[in-house]
This record gives sequence, structure tokens and C-alpha cells, in this order.
Amino acid sequence: MAHEPGTPIGRRLFLGLLGLGAVGIATGSSISNALQRLAKNDPTGLSAILPGGGGWRYYQVNGYPKRSRSEYRLRVAGLVDTPLTLTYEDLTSLPPIKVTRDFQCVTGWRVLGVKWQGVLLRDVLDRAGVQPEGGAIRFTSFDGAYTESLTMKQARRDDVLVAYQLDGKNISTDHGGPVRLVVLPMYGYKNTKWLETIEVTRAVVPGYWEERGYEVDAWVGASNGRNDEPT
Amino acid sequence: MRVPRFTRTERIAHWVNAALFTVAMSTGAMFRFGIGQSLISDRALVRGVHVYTGLGIVVAFLIAVIPRWGRALRRDASRINRWSPDEIRWLKSLGRARGARLGKFNPGQKLNAAFVPAAALVLAASGAIMFWNRPFSTELRNGADFVHQSFAWLIWITVAGHILLALQDRESLRGMTGGTVSTEWARDHRPAWYAEVTSVTPEAAEPVDA
Repeated sequence: MAHEPGTPIGRRLFLGLLGLGAVGIATGSSISNALQRLAKNDPTGLSAILPGGGGWRYYQVNGYPKRSRSEYRLRVAGLVDTPLTLTYEDLTSLPPIKVTRDFQCVTGWRVLGVKWQGVLLRDVLDRAGVQPEGGAIRFTSFDGAYTESLTMKQARRDDVLVAYQLDGKNISTDHGGPVRLVVLPMYGYKNTKWLETIEVTRAVVPGYWEERGYEVDAWVGASNGRNDEPT
Repeated sequence: MRVPRFTRTERIAHWVNAALFTVAMSTGAMFRFGIGQSLISDRALVRGVHVYTGLGIVVAFLIAVIPRWGRALRRDASRINRWSPDEIRWLKSLGRARGARLGKFNPGQKLNAAFVPAAALVLAASGAIMFWNRPFSTELRNGADFVHQSFAWLIWITVAGHILLALQDRESLRGMTGGTVSTEWARDHRPAWYAEVTSVTPEAAEPVDA
């Protein structure tokens, strides 16, 4: 078979690119984090198009379950005086809280300046009345699989929300709508999507990812072997 | 009189590939930028389409190249691999070198044809780590995410350039649609290839469709 004589540049380029890809997979995490730090001082917002930059990654462990706002119910159960079943309107009629914070995932990506609106978890707990032996909360998602936990002290913080709006809009299914938990100072996995049940327990029951190796106290920058800037 | 340029197998492979890339690139952009997100009711479905189209690109390429019918394609791959001194000179002058005798592909086409399959493999590998992520550390997942996005950008730029250049040279495009180019085009734009296909040595004869 004839082939044109000459330098095998095509093969070198091909193999070189494969090598570049492999090196990139091995080292891209730190490059991406460095880019993110640079991008923080970018006033134009153009850095959002950088690899690793701007924008959410959507994770789920059991598909994207859909529930309309009218069908939605939030159960508050466990060690409480009055177990509650709240509708979406019940939640939105509680005093709204608005906060803007970065959102940091334990896998590295960060979304800057996310605007949340919701109610304080503490307000919801107080309506049900936590019994003295209630020391922790277990959260369950209506996807039928995801669970999370907080200690009572963590749950009563000013930056822990039952949220129903994200960046001024109703929370979409991808983002865990219509209602999700938002634990602003902790990594994303604490922020139970598709929140269905808030159960007061005696002690912390490790959640879905915590059974798979993530830390129960998921402070951004001070857990899971990461050194992200706190949110 | 027209000169055969691409066999039917090569053209089918090209257009199947083009269709798969269109789907993979557009679904990928939807994820990254939320384009058309309100139109998509089922995100998991879009993700499945993206992942399996991406794998389909690799599979389709193997189907096109490996069996007997891939002979013409393998031969062109070998042409793409080898660069003559004239072609290197042509590339260094960014296409302005006078009297460079180009073979079947110009250096731009050669770069494109070496880059795209390499990028497809890198994207498939990094995408697989992102999708079947359970066994991988967060470092690797992150690295795969970074590489996937970087190569996606490069692919978008390359494919856009490829389409624009093809639209600017209709005769070259005809080679990939109808399979033949005019004698004049072959003689003026690809003189070394023209000499090869019009010579009578049997080993230079271009394979035609069975």
C-alpha cells in the first residue's frame, strides 16, 4: 500500500494530545482551582466560560424526582411536640430570609454569589417544638434515596435555610426544587435536594454520602481534606 | 471529467460522525450554559443522549476504520499522518508559500484530522470518568471535568473553523458530498495528489467504490 513519504507529524500530534489529556485529568483539579481563584477578581463575568469556571454541576443519586409546588409537602417528625405537614404556601408564609453566598462542592467547583430565599430551619423546628432529647436532625429527600444530617446546634444557625428560591426564581427540579435544604457554611452534599422530611433524632445518623466516606461535619475549608476558602 | 476523492464508505463515516458530533456538542452546551434548559423537561434524558452519543462517536469510528471497507479511510489516515517538506513549509507560511506542492490534504486539514479523533478519545475518557465517577477520587473527577471542558472548547473552535472553511471552498466540499472534485481543482489545489491519481502506476490508483 502506498503512503506519502514524509514526517509522521499526524501521529505525533495525535499521541501528544492523548498525553495532554491524561496529564490534564491528573493535574486539572489544581489548575481549575487556581483559575477559580483568579476568576474571583474578574469584574466582567467572562471568566464563567473558563473550564472549571462558573456554573453548577447537577448531581443526584436516584434520578431527578419531580413534584409540583401544589403537590409538595414538608413533614416535620420525630422528637417534636407537634408533628407538622407543611404545604408550599405554609412555607412561603413564614418570615422570608434572603442570603447571598458562594456555593462550594466537595468535588471542587464553586458557584459565586448564589442568592437564596427561604425560611430559617430554626423557625420551622420551633413551630413543631423540639423535645429536650432531640439532639440532631435527619433529612430525607423525596427521591427515595438521599439522606443528610445536622446536629441541633448546626441546625439552629442563622445560615441554615429551608429554601424555595434560587437567584430570584423558584427552585427548579435540577436544583432540588420545589424546596431544598441550604446549609451555607458547609459543602454542597449537606444541602439536601427535594427536601421531604425533617426528622428530629437523638443523635446524628450519617447521611448518604457520609456512609460513603464524606465527613459528617462538612465545614467548607475545614473538612474532607480540602482547603477551600470558607463560604 | 471529475476526480474521485472520497469513497462512499468515507463519506458515510464523515456524515455519521458529523451528526453524532452535532448532537454531542449541542447537548453538552446545554449542560454547560443552561441553553434551552426551559425546553428540556427531562435532564437525565439529555444527559443519557450526550453520554451515549459521545461513546457512539468512538464506536462509529472503529466500525468505519477496522473492517475491509475501511481501507480507503486507513489509507487517507496514513496520508494525514505523513507531512512532506512542502507541506511543512506551507503551514509555516500559513498557506502563503508559493509553489508548495500539496498532497491530497492541505496541512490545515491534516491538523484537523489528527486533532478531532484525539480530542474525541480524550473527551470520551474524561466523560466516562465524570459519568461513571464512583471509583474515582474527587481530584480525578475534577481533573476530568476540567479536561472535558477544555477539549470541548477546542472542539467547538475546530469544528466551527472546519465548517466555515468547507463553505468557502465549495469544490472541496463537493468531494465530501458527491465524492468527486473537478480536475481543475485537483490540479490547482492538490498538485501532488493530482499527479499521483492521474499517473498510471497501479499502486497510486485511488480505490473506488465496489
